[in-house]
Amino acid sequence: MEKLTVRICTGTLCYIMGGAELQLLGDYLPESLADKVEIRGATCLDFCNQEGKGKAPFVLVGDQLVTGATVAKVVEAIKQKLG
Amino acid sequence: MILRRELLTRIIKLLHNNTLEENIDRIPYQMRPKGYEEVSRCCVYKDRAMLKYRAMGVLGFGIDEEEDEMTSLAEYTRMAFAREQVSENPLSVMTDACSACVKVNYVVTNMCRGCVARPCEVNCNKGAIHFVNGQAQIDSAKCVNCGLCMKNCPFHAIVYIPVPCEESCPVGAISKDEHGKEHIDPEKCIYCGRCLSACPFGAVVEKSHLIEIFKAFRSEKPVVALVAPAVAGQFKTSLANIMGAIRKLGFDEVIEVAKGADVTTTNEAAEFAEKVIEQGQAFMTTSCCPSYYMLAHKHIPEVAPFVSHTRSPMYYAAEIARKQYPEATIVFVGPCVAKRKEAYADPNVDLMLSFEELGTMFVAMGVEDFTDDMAVALDGAIMPSSRGYAASEGVMGAVASALPGDYKDRIKPVVINGIDKQAIRDLRGYAKSCPGNMVEVMACEGGCVNGCNVIANPKIAARQVKELAK
Repeated sequence: MEKLTVRICTGTLCYIMGGAELQLLGDYLPESLADKVEIRGATCLDFCNQEGKGKAPFVLVGDQLVTGATVAKVVEAIKQKLG
Repeated sequence: MILRRELLTRIIKLLHNNTLEENIDRIPYQMRPKGYEEVSRCCVYKDRAMLKYRAMGVLGFGIDEEEDEMTSLAEYTRMAFAREQVSENPLSVMTDACSACVKVNYVVTNMCRGCVARPCEVNCNKGAIHFVNGQAQIDSAKCVNCGLCMKNCPFHAIVYIPVPCEESCPVGAISKDEHGKEHIDPEKCIYCGRCLSACPFGAVVEKSHLIEIFKAFRSEKPVVALVAPAVAGQFKTSLANIMGAIRKLGFDEVIEVAKGADVTTTNEAAEFAEKVIEQGQAFMTTSCCPSYYMLAHKHIPEVAPFVSHTRSPMYYAAEIARKQYPEATIVFVGPCVAKRKEAYADPNVDLMLSFEELGTMFVAMGVEDFTDDMAVALDGAIMPSSRGYAASEGVMGAVASALPGDYKDRIKPVVINGIDKQAIRDLRGYAKSCPGNMVEVMACEGGCVNGCNVIANPKIAARQVKELAK
């Protein structure tokens, strides 16, 4: 089964505005979801420079953009995507 | 603090483009425009006012240095560029941001049933409880915070409200004035930075040297960065890349403070061998954490004689840098307020840049990629254990491994990981009887990687630091 790809922006702006905490996402993923998700870092996704995209840090859960991302918000988005 | 980072990024962008004075007053409006919904405090106007005070801190002024409320940020910017140096005390409290939480810690909630027995009133030795409209009330002028009312209420209607900054301060240096606003007593303060992290209003502010650093970049004299070992875990890349990125900001040279730690390790091991093993002194403590050093000398005089006389890595690294670059402006890049305080006292360090400020400089000045081609080759002469100073037990490990062969098993380590009230009690006890003979004391739990100015998660950072120290 294809895994859901979660891309965490590791650009410096996202990183210092709270993105550093997202490095622990893997530790906080519930066991039932852990093997259905692939967590990857991505070089600057450039959402920070676009109007109306919300606040850093940015995370892409599949194709869904999570803004002002926290571990809790990302886990919630993952749960919703996986049904 | 995310809000502070956004403010820092905006200010540094303007500083870098040399357009700070014309544009700085607009920043509070850009961050909180009309109609902004997610205000942090009661309204956009309060948010803007607090951003102005925070910006004063970034410009290097203490909030208590305000004389005229109408002085604009542009005027402060002019004053900052004209001044000779930043005034000394690095911490101040934004009294208007302080919510002056409570006057005493015990409060009767509206769960009070106005019972007949009234054990709260009966048990209060100070007559501080009286009843109004059938509800108990605590008179803050008489209450002494004993907590008996809370223990005796059968409905648990009385609660203890902590004051976050006061709870976090291990030495009682932060307290309320007659209006309930907090102030820091610089005589008692050990600059551990816990109040800064604890206050959820961000009311405790640091005075930054950013203006001075940009003045230095633009002057004729070279600018040298002394980078603390804790930087190794701050960004998701190698230490060599980070050093290269720091250099790219405009420094003429970047030197690892770990080079100074080499000297600290050698000297401290020698001092331990002489004082403890040969002369029979009961124990010795480390001295590189300035917050602990201040704690021992200001608050625990019985421990002070046992503190090692070896200087900190900052001191030795600055000495080395000064010999190499006698004319340079030397900037210490570090993780905490205590090091900022030490920098003022150090004869060779001129300015200090915190990791938080460093991160925002990277963003504001467009140093995005930490790539291998801009990396600075690391100094191969530095002992790996010196880079381990940044995590708890790092100093201990370094000193132990520097002891001569027959002394190596004579060291009995004790580690104090974080200064809180219990740690202070422990230290007082050690002065009478110590369970070991070498005590490492770090004010921040986990070591410098958990300083009040860091960006990365301390657990992850500690892992990276320990890897480098092997």
